[in-house]
Amino acid sequence: METLRTLWETFFDLESMREALPEMLTVGLRNTLLLALISAILGTLLGMLLAIAGLSRTRWLRWPARIYTDVFRGLPAAVTILLIGVGLAPLGLTWWGPNPYPLGILALSLIAAAYIGEIFRSGIQSVEASQLEATRALGLSHGAAMRLVIIPQGVRRVLPAWVNQLIALIKDSSLVYFLGLVASQRELFRIGQDYAANTGNESALLLAGLFYLAITVPLTHLVNWVDRRLRDGRAGGGPDADSDSDSDDPVALAGETALPATGKGASHA
Amino acid sequence: MPERSQSSGVATAVTGTGYESVSVATRDVHLAFGRNQVLRGIDLEVGRGETACVIGPSGSGKSTLLRTINRLLEPDQGDILLDGVSVLDQDPDALRQRIGMVFQQFNLFPHMTVLRNVTLALRQLKRLSRDEATELALHHLDVVGLRHKADARPGRLSGGQQQRVAIARALAMSPRVMLFDEATSALDPELVKGVLSLMADLAAQGMTMVVVTHEMGFARQVADQVVFMDRGRVVEAGPPAELFEAPRSGRLQQFLSQVL
Repeated sequence: METLRTLWETFFDLESMREALPEMLTVGLRNTLLLALISAILGTLLGMLLAIAGLSRTRWLRWPARIYTDVFRGLPAAVTILLIGVGLAPLGLTWWGPNPYPLGILALSLIAAAYIGEIFRSGIQSVEASQLEATRALGLSHGAAMRLVIIPQGVRRVLPAWVNQLIALIKDSSLVYFLGLVASQRELFRIGQDYAANTGNESALLLAGLFYLAITVPLTHLVNWVDRRLRDGRAGGGPDADSDSDSDDPVALAGETALPATGKGASHA
Repeated sequence: MPERSQSSGVATAVTGTGYESVSVATRDVHLAFGRNQVLRGIDLEVGRGETACVIGPSGSGKSTLLRTINRLLEPDQGDILLDGVSVLDQDPDALRQRIGMVFQQFNLFPHMTVLRNVTLALRQLKRLSRDEATELALHHLDVVGLRHKADARPGRLSGGQQQRVAIARALAMSPRVMLFDEATSALDPELVKGVLSLMADLAAQGMTMVVVTHEMGFARQVADQVVFMDRGRVVEAGPPAELFEAPRSGRLQQFLSQVL
């Protein structure tokens, strides 16, 4: 019984949680979201450049993209964050003073870009060659065809994987604590850890965990929802409700009815 | 299938004018994929406003020939002429704006509305304003009878409707030639007629057309010239009556006996 009581107090000491809550809300949540959001934007932009370079017909773009991806996907996030955050700290000091945040964001963005680049590349590659052919046949250049037709379709197909990567990014943002943060810069994990150290139980850390879940679980469901929506076809999905679709149609002949909307199926059959 | 004269009257009333077409010719066109000789010296003459139907067994090089005309594929040897002028030293993108192409699988852009499928090239290449492009696109959607689907996604249209949108997309660019690559082969039988009658209308209005097709009825009624290809060569070419009623070569006789 004594053991159970100790366990309970270790994780569910409400008093410790209540103590940590205000700072988690005002400081920790803000910093975690800031880190994740800026890194997500930078990582997505850089990832798109990597995907395009990786699909380029010139090897001088393809190879650097390949090497970059191998390196930043292959290193543990903690190693990358320390190498960049500590290694470049002297440079950072001269540019913006003793603030580890920019370098932490840089490291997180570089890591995210490697994964997001691969996600985008696979999506873009999955678009049928006939789409490119049809666009070129209209007279659009290769670049315009990629930009207007191929990349938008490719990215759409991998949106769920992209959101998954953002979830990973939110979790990895906790690793910037390696870089030594002052009180106002601490994110959720660091605040939870500090309170846990002071109170002698892990309840504050558990609270931090609950905060992470509150962000990531809805995102997971958003992924599933987006995925379903893309599968069913857009705008409500389901077959065409417009039953008399051809009745006012001078060219169509009897018997031509709308196919069920099977998402992308119909046009790629 | 409507009679040509009759459908011409109807369609001209819709579009107002005929088309400014050019002639198409290929001279001794050769093309190989690796060691596989797909085209072995193709000569084709299609006069202004004429319709040539290219028939033949699968793998005979029909679709490949079509793609050399708008330079989606570059011939290894030979020349392609529009109105007597070689296309091989023209800018391919500018050339393709003058040549409309319709594909077996429609190849509409599934992430855009029907309207935007048609306006895309008008906006990008002809630099029309949004309003001008929309007006022109709606006009051409009207011609193919699908103006009311302008805001739908292609995935919500039937195959026949999608193909008619693809035709509108090509026509909106005011092409001088239209290429059709088995435009009805992917359609359910009951959807074929709508697309074929649209193509017959185009032919009647003086569009130069090169039509790769398995629809022998269409070739017989609409074509000015039927071209029978086999194994990368033109085996026989001539007016439909001649080819269908009195095929000279054994291979065409055999082919016709299989498809008719």
